[in-house]
Amino acid sequence: MNQKYMLPLTSVFLLFLLAYAGVEGAGMQWFFGIVVPYAAVLAFVAGFIYRVMGWSASAVPFRIPTTCGQQKSLPWIKQNRIDNPDTTLGVFLRMVLEVFAFRSLFRNTKAAFNRNEKNRLTYSWEIFLWVGALAFHYAFLVVILRHLRFFLNPVPFLVKGLEYLDGIVQLGLPGLFVSGVVLLGGALFLLARRIFDEKVSYISLAADYFPLFLIIGIAVTGISMRYFTKVDIFGVKIFTMGLATFHPVIPEGVGGLFYAHLFLVSVLLVYIPVSKLMHMGGVFLSPTRNMANNTRMKRHINPWNYAVEIHTYEQYEDDFREKMIDAGLPVDKKE
Amino acid sequence: MADELKPDELLDKVDHSPASGSWMDTTVQIRPGMYCYAAKPESLETLSAPNARQWNPLEDDWKLPENWQQIIHDGIKERLERFRTFKIFMDVCVRCGACADKCHFFLGTGDPKNMPVLRAELLRSVYRNDFTTAGKILSKIPGGERLGGNRPLTLDVLKEWWYYFFQCTECRRCSVFCPYGIDTAEITIMGRELLNLLGLNIDWIATPVSNCYQTGNHLGIQPHAFKDMLDFFTEDLEEITGVNVAPQFNKKGADILFITPSGDVFADPGTYTCQGYMILFKYLKDKYNLDVTWSTYASEGGNFGFFTSHETMKRLNAKMYAEAKRLGVKWILGGECGHMWRVINQYMDTMNGPADFLEVPVNPITGTRFENAKSTKMVHITEFTADLVRHNKLELDKSRNSNRIITFHDSCNPARGMGLLEEPRYCIKACCDNFFEMPENTIREQTFCCGSGAGLNAGENIELRMAGALPRANAVKYVHEKFDVNTLATICAIDRAALSTLCEYWVPEVEVAGVHELIGNALILPGEKKRTTDLRMEPLPGMEDEDE
Repeated sequence: MNQKYMLPLTSVFLLFLLAYAGVEGAGMQWFFGIVVPYAAVLAFVAGFIYRVMGWSASAVPFRIPTTCGQQKSLPWIKQNRIDNPDTTLGVFLRMVLEVFAFRSLFRNTKAAFNRNEKNRLTYSWEIFLWVGALAFHYAFLVVILRHLRFFLNPVPFLVKGLEYLDGIVQLGLPGLFVSGVVLLGGALFLLARRIFDEKVSYISLAADYFPLFLIIGIAVTGISMRYFTKVDIFGVKIFTMGLATFHPVIPEGVGGLFYAHLFLVSVLLVYIPVSKLMHMGGVFLSPTRNMANNTRMKRHINPWNYAVEIHTYEQYEDDFREKMIDAGLPVDKKE
Repeated sequence: MADELKPDELLDKVDHSPASGSWMDTTVQIRPGMYCYAAKPESLETLSAPNARQWNPLEDDWKLPENWQQIIHDGIKERLERFRTFKIFMDVCVRCGACADKCHFFLGTGDPKNMPVLRAELLRSVYRNDFTTAGKILSKIPGGERLGGNRPLTLDVLKEWWYYFFQCTECRRCSVFCPYGIDTAEITIMGRELLNLLGLNIDWIATPVSNCYQTGNHLGIQPHAFKDMLDFFTEDLEEITGVNVAPQFNKKGADILFITPSGDVFADPGTYTCQGYMILFKYLKDKYNLDVTWSTYASEGGNFGFFTSHETMKRLNAKMYAEAKRLGVKWILGGECGHMWRVINQYMDTMNGPADFLEVPVNPITGTRFENAKSTKMVHITEFTADLVRHNKLELDKSRNSNRIITFHDSCNPARGMGLLEEPRYCIKACCDNFFEMPENTIREQTFCCGSGAGLNAGENIELRMAGALPRANAVKYVHEKFDVNTLATICAIDRAALSTLCEYWVPEVEVAGVHELIGNALILPGEKKRTTDLRMEPLPGMEDEDE
């Protein structure tokens, strides 16, 4: 067994047990239901802002976009305005595609080498990571948006509409939400890649497995409550509205599974700002993507640009004057 | 090299499956053939770089200053504040692995630490340990370091940095595929800057930097010798064309200052590209009275400072504007070079501008205003030539290149740090009919590096270079077999040297040529005699019998 993923798996399981037992055994609903969630949200917001501020505080000395298409040059050469933008609009579109459609990942290829008489290296389009990642992230987004129903009263029309679309397969009772299944499936796919793809496995850290197990834990507890243990949904709503309106109450009849779910969510919130999960904020600030390739058109200013010592022409001519004169090269000073 | 691996032996070694276990458990083995010799102290001293001394990477003692860990720590801290790229790229990688098989060095060597993600993790692991909250907490728990992938900066780690940051050619191919735009070139640049704080440069970079600073070009060619070289070409070209194409040097009041990598002045086959420029400028002088000058002071377009540190890059690059100002030219024209154009396109104006003493570049022959260069005021020669061709200002005899079946190698920096993709192709197609593209995953923004960029074009690391060259060579071989391609055209001086070695090793039937060699060969000079040979003094197609 590989401790890189056994340790994170065990710790997520222990975290689950901690909350479950804490509520079922020790009656610590107030702690896992009120103290921890408030603290987690606070840590998340403060941590997230702190990290983004930290990035913003660093200078952007050079405009160094990675160009992925034809530059703007002569008027009759067709520029790729999105993959090699020279305008803010182009950059905006590039970022929209990057953030909402994972544009760069869409390009992904898989290299293969066959040692035979041809010895050919081939590159095939590798779409699965893109599909898996996109499905995972969008499902997660839908799940989060759906959960707004617990924190808003009356439930906004848009949230209801989303629920309607999410449940459109009309399977079972309560109706199946596609997003939950896709979220779990996506997370399991990403996990399987980390375990079974040799290269990805080699580069993975325990810190990469932990959030996956955590999210799987959240999805599994959520799905269990909705479809199998049938949590007291009115009790939950009373509880969540209490949190949202800063009048927390502990309702009767909501069991340990719910608090365990909430606890895992809280852990995730705290984990985000101290981990790679900050990529959700970082992608917006990545200078190779969010800048226009127009440095030759419009001067970019480096805030810390400092003067440097250079070897001037005068020094150069002093070094070589006689040789230059002998070779018939023009000089500024004749002697 | 007698002990050089044969292509078959090298292919036998290609294995893309990493061993089991953790990369953090393997310590670096610095292997001959894979590394470049250490910088000589005198080369570092020219620019007053720190810790200049004799040292040998194979020896245990690297003769580091006593407080080297503190120097690196402070260096990282300073760069995190100065470069948002560095900070973000240290923080946001999710290790999705999309970059893993995009690197030519990984594809050629199979060494897992050549996966871009791991190359970055070498530095990131130390960053996490020393600069992040999570890292500081984890390092206090027994075994905690492992969980977050943290490790303290030890001598082994430093050696690993040195070995692998000089096994990256800063080609940015991985960055194209990264969902966060993480650019390994940027990480390697930071890594090398940090190593340079301890005097840990390689000689193939440090000596050209020193030469360039003192004499104006990488080889340290002094002004009279530089002129001599071009005089030789003038003689050759007079023999070939019957026209005296003698260039002008350091001429005040010329229209345009031309700067190209010095590699084209002394090393075949770049010399033929250089001759192509000379023919073009002579043509434009005679036909349209365009006045172009070369400079012996700014006689280097390339900038190995870029492979050393941002400061060194700036110190070397400053000569371009300084010389343009001194000579009072209208604007600057730049020759075919890869990293030179990354520097010009993305750094020069910011570092050494504003170039308010120059005019917005206008081609006086066509009237085209180069809007895309209106601030930096430097135009790429293929932009310039493509514009001339488009306006029918060049008389080109395509038949002189009809023995060439051409493919085009996009150089990394013009492709991914600029987007100069169509201009060179347009120039090639204007002077040659037989053009075939390599497979699409190996050209344009997905182009593969020659394997020798970013200062790694040395002799002692030939195994590394030929392994890194494999993906490019493989695609060349493919079009050679499929379309009988016999010429690999390129717009980079390092490529002209490196691809020649690459072809000799992997695809010996293919020859390397600069785009302006092809242009120069086809361009009909006013008053020229009937040409019987190309610029290489090989018989032109149909002239084989007239030779001698």
